Amino acid sequence: METKLTSKSKTVVISPELPFVIIGERINPTRRKKLAETMARGDFSVVQEDALKQVEAGAHVLDVNAGIPGGDEPVLLRGAAQAVLEVVDVPLCFDTADPDALKAALEIYPGKALINSTTAEEHMMARVFPLAKQFNAAVIGVISDESGVPTTPEARLEVARKLVNRAGDFGIPPEDIVIDCLALTVGADHNAGRVTLDAMKLVRQELGVNLNLGASNVSFGLPDRKILNIAYLALAIGSGLTTAITDPTVPEIQTAILACDLLTGHDEYAMRWIKAFRKRSQAAA
Amino acid sequence: MELQTIYQNVVEGNAGEVQAGVKAALAEGVEADVILKQALIAAMEEVGKRFEEGDFFVPEMLIAARAMQGGLGLLKPHLVDSGVKAAGKVAIGTVKGDLHDIGKNLVGMMLEGAGFEVLDLGTDVDSQKFVKAVQEGANVVGMSALLTTTMSNMQTTIQALQTAGLRDNVKVVVGGAPVTDAYAKQVGADAFAPDASSAVRVVRQLLA
Repeated sequence: METKLTSKSKTVVISPELPFVIIGERINPTRRKKLAETMARGDFSVVQEDALKQVEAGAHVLDVNAGIPGGDEPVLLRGAAQAVLEVVDVPLCFDTADPDALKAALEIYPGKALINSTTAEEHMMARVFPLAKQFNAAVIGVISDESGVPTTPEARLEVARKLVNRAGDFGIPPEDIVIDCLALTVGADHNAGRVTLDAMKLVRQELGVNLNLGASNVSFGLPDRKILNIAYLALAIGSGLTTAITDPTVPEIQTAILACDLLTGHDEYAMRWIKAFRKRSQAAA
Repeated sequence: MELQTIYQNVVEGNAGEVQAGVKAALAEGVEADVILKQALIAAMEEVGKRFEEGDFFVPEMLIAARAMQGGLGLLKPHLVDSGVKAAGKVAIGTVKGDLHDIGKNLVGMMLEGAGFEVLDLGTDVDSQKFVKAVQEGANVVGMSALLTTTMSNMQTTIQALQTAGLRDNVKVVVGGAPVTDAYAKQVGADAFAPDASSAVRVVRQLLA
């Protein structure tokens, strides 16, 4: 299944048959003081720097979050999106729980965006899916519902199925739903990583939809997080992950994803791998 | 001697040994209150300190808390019999729309480990549930939010407490990744706690 996202002039396709799609996560004011302060006063220069840096580092899509305590989210999200579009030409992913902010951003967006996200809770789907339909956007569906995050892979599949079916009721096709099987931290439950991998395999097999993951949550509360995150990303790609919201400016992440692309047959003649190697060598020289 | 061993076993997360140690101490006639303070609470303080300093990681804190809870379970009937009261009743929860529970759980364990009665309301907690907990006697409300998109529900809860005429009966502490001291003031909370062991300090100060 192919999930197509577009910007003004570019199309990014998420598909198991194509290279992995990196959604850059850095435009998010949580725990980033300078970004939060500048954004709050309507100065999007740091946002633009982040956009450029991430695209340079290999991001195919950029996540934009403008949730600042006490901030006017519709104004800020729209402003941040406009600022990003001035400097880069990649599809955007709007990261908000505020339907007004989502609408404000979608209204000015000149292509097919990705919405981050809805859960399978009825009140959430009823808010997000009509907007997705109206503005022709794809949606990340997170596998939690009114009773929380299911503990077994089978139960997570059922929640994923509900998301796809309900989207269908609103006229949104399955290829426009990207399922997030939720990586919970192994710091709190050492089986959490495996349950998510098993859920991903099931969802991929039964529903055929694309899969997304916020992969860095898995290592919360543990030492040497970077190694855990990279190992998990590789395992997740092996279990059917086709896109992730991550930080491509971390060289190890960028390199690990290129390696996975090559090792899963998505880098013909290893050209991207070699090119990236040269770039690293030159930077080091 | 016995107390020091219990203390050490709590820090190391040896649940079985903690229970055995507490039973032995009780059999020797050590006061439940003394075991609680000198072994369990003292050990959890050490665990919290190591966590704050970056020497301990989340799983170590969880396993220590589990060991502590096992010991506390054995002490509870004795504490009730001897009329020892909890240091206060704290209702904790992750706010509406937010399912993150690790930080909130750690806060709960550390508070319990510090001798407070903890009423864990869970995640995705509606403001009215917090109101109900205060009506039922909680002296402190602790709210957690991990998302910029849900943190405004802290304010919703504080307003609900005001509307219910309960705001002056209760202290409100907030925390979570996107929350800051300034934000805590802005939404009308009494205090901000950046992590689980500072939450214990903050709650102690508020109730002092």
